[in-house]
Amino acid sequence: MSLANYEEKATDFGNPNWVAYQTIVRTEVRRFTRIWVQTMIPPAITMTLYFIIFGSLIGRRIGDMGGFDYMAYIVPGLIMMSVITNSYANVSSSFFGAKFGKFIEEMLVSPISNQTILLGYVTGGVARAVFVGIIVTILSLFFTHLAIHNILAVISITLLTAVLFSLLGFINGVYAKRFDDVSIVPTFVLTPLTYLGGVFFSIDLLPDFWAGVAQLNPILYVVNAFRFGILGVSDISLGWAYGILVSMTVVAYVIAVRLLANGAGVRS
Amino acid sequence: MPIRSSIRIARKFAISGKTEIYVAGFCAVKDATDPDALYPCTLYKPPPTNEFAVSYALEINSLKKTYDNGFEALKGIDLTVEKGDFFALLGPNGAGKSTTIGILCSLVNKSSGSVKVMGYDIDHDFGMAKRHLGVVPQEFNFNQFEKTQNILINTAGYHGIPRAEATPRIEHYLKRLGLWDKRDNPSRALSGGMKRRLLIARALVHQPDLLILDEPTAGVDIELRRGMWDFLTEINNQGTTIILTTHYLEEAEALCRNVSIINHGEIIANSSTRDLLASLHTVTFVCDLAAPIDSIPVIDGYECALPDAMTLEVEVDKGQSLNEVFAALSAHQVSVISMRTKTNRLEELFVSMTSGDSK
Repeated sequence: MSLANYEEKATDFGNPNWVAYQTIVRTEVRRFTRIWVQTMIPPAITMTLYFIIFGSLIGRRIGDMGGFDYMAYIVPGLIMMSVITNSYANVSSSFFGAKFGKFIEEMLVSPISNQTILLGYVTGGVARAVFVGIIVTILSLFFTHLAIHNILAVISITLLTAVLFSLLGFINGVYAKRFDDVSIVPTFVLTPLTYLGGVFFSIDLLPDFWAGVAQLNPILYVVNAFRFGILGVSDISLGWAYGILVSMTVVAYVIAVRLLANGAGVRS
Repeated sequence: MPIRSSIRIARKFAISGKTEIYVAGFCAVKDATDPDALYPCTLYKPPPTNEFAVSYALEINSLKKTYDNGFEALKGIDLTVEKGDFFALLGPNGAGKSTTIGILCSLVNKSSGSVKVMGYDIDHDFGMAKRHLGVVPQEFNFNQFEKTQNILINTAGYHGIPRAEATPRIEHYLKRLGLWDKRDNPSRALSGGMKRRLLIARALVHQPDLLILDEPTAGVDIELRRGMWDFLTEINNQGTTIILTTHYLEEAEALCRNVSIINHGEIIANSSTRDLLASLHTVTFVCDLAAPIDSIPVIDGYECALPDAMTLEVEVDKGQSLNEVFAALSAHQVSVISMRTKTNRLEELFVSMTSGDSK
């Protein structure tokens, strides 16, 4: 073997984007599992508090909602809340961290296609959302009985939601210039929309005008479609929910790829 | 880069008659001799390079870059670097070196012009150009929380090299660069010199034919710097083209066969190191004296200075003889015990050229 250069010069570049995709996903999963105290524990604690306070303590006084006891009614929404916040936070903070630490350049100087970079980060976000979603679901079983009404709806809505909010998190990460910029949208947009998105109540309770306004909130469709998968009830039509989710995902994907292609936030 | 959302023929390999096709970011290969077959890339090895047709490792034509704030960093530079060369790109801070390197490795969008790496255009043959290019940046741009070995595994992965293939190669480079014992340490725990070597290992892990080093020995002690010089010379001797930017001009003079000097976004000199040095008209020699002297000895035709009583500086123009200087000094009964050039010769030339008062 030569001293400086590795002697096996020939390199099988095989299917470079597939290997690169696996590498990004592995790195992303290792990142959020390595800092599990920051990524897994907080949603578990927060959701447990929601179950105890809103479900057990206050819920007993509320009675039924949509034909189910209040605890059973809010569980699907809380699982979706975890999926939304974790997919978004994972991708926005990871991509911004890579920009901030400049190690995003490792990918930019390599032959990976922009779509592979995007798909890698999105898969990482989906993985964390699914991990946390499963943890929250298991925790909910200590408080209520979950009978799944339609497993296909549960799986497809979970994945679609995680993909959509991972993409939105990615777009946030591209534009973010400071650490504060990755927390502004979750704090001032996602959290209010989630609270108003039918997690804790049926929009049938709202006056007509506000029920109409609520339908502009995309999280309403996510929560209700997932609630249909678990309980079999929904305030909105399932077809509308899928249509809106798929449309938003396609638009977010195109925007994210274009941002990467233009080098927004990463190239001068 | 356009979105590859539909089937797009990316390139044709002239030698093999095969066409690589991208479908949603993933590639497959179509063989002209067997039109019905579509092989996934894992079953097909593209030709390593179009090396028979290309003699330049790097070709830059009319490259311009104007930043959003209106600053014109590159004013249409032309530059070629031959395969196998050890090439220095020199210039003062803000001259356009880093912009040029940034464009080569896709960190800076060019305004106009073209760049080819090993014959592959960075716009049209993006993937192939990148596969042949390794970059050692000035800054430590790796994940400080990642283990040393994982940084290399990830970089190999980004270049499409599976972990199993990358592992022995990574072991080789880590051992060769003295980092093997630190392979499981987080990279933030490495010393400055080790981080610098990690950048070099990372740039080599995909076996590039063209290696660009942006100030690789900045902040590195002399012993380590010499070790890096040996290492770079060795990989250059094995066929890797090297382009170096540096502020240590003795480094460029010692290592590089060809030199280009860039200033205010323009190439102001581009030739072999030897020819460039031959154009140097004046060299200042510093003489250490055996005994102190009070006044500057007058030597006809030579300018002298006396920074202190034990040190005499003599400017010698091209064509003048050091023998005359020594004869005159002997006549003045000035005894010289040692002598050296005041600055590195290339440095002298560099300063005179970039300050606009070339003699």
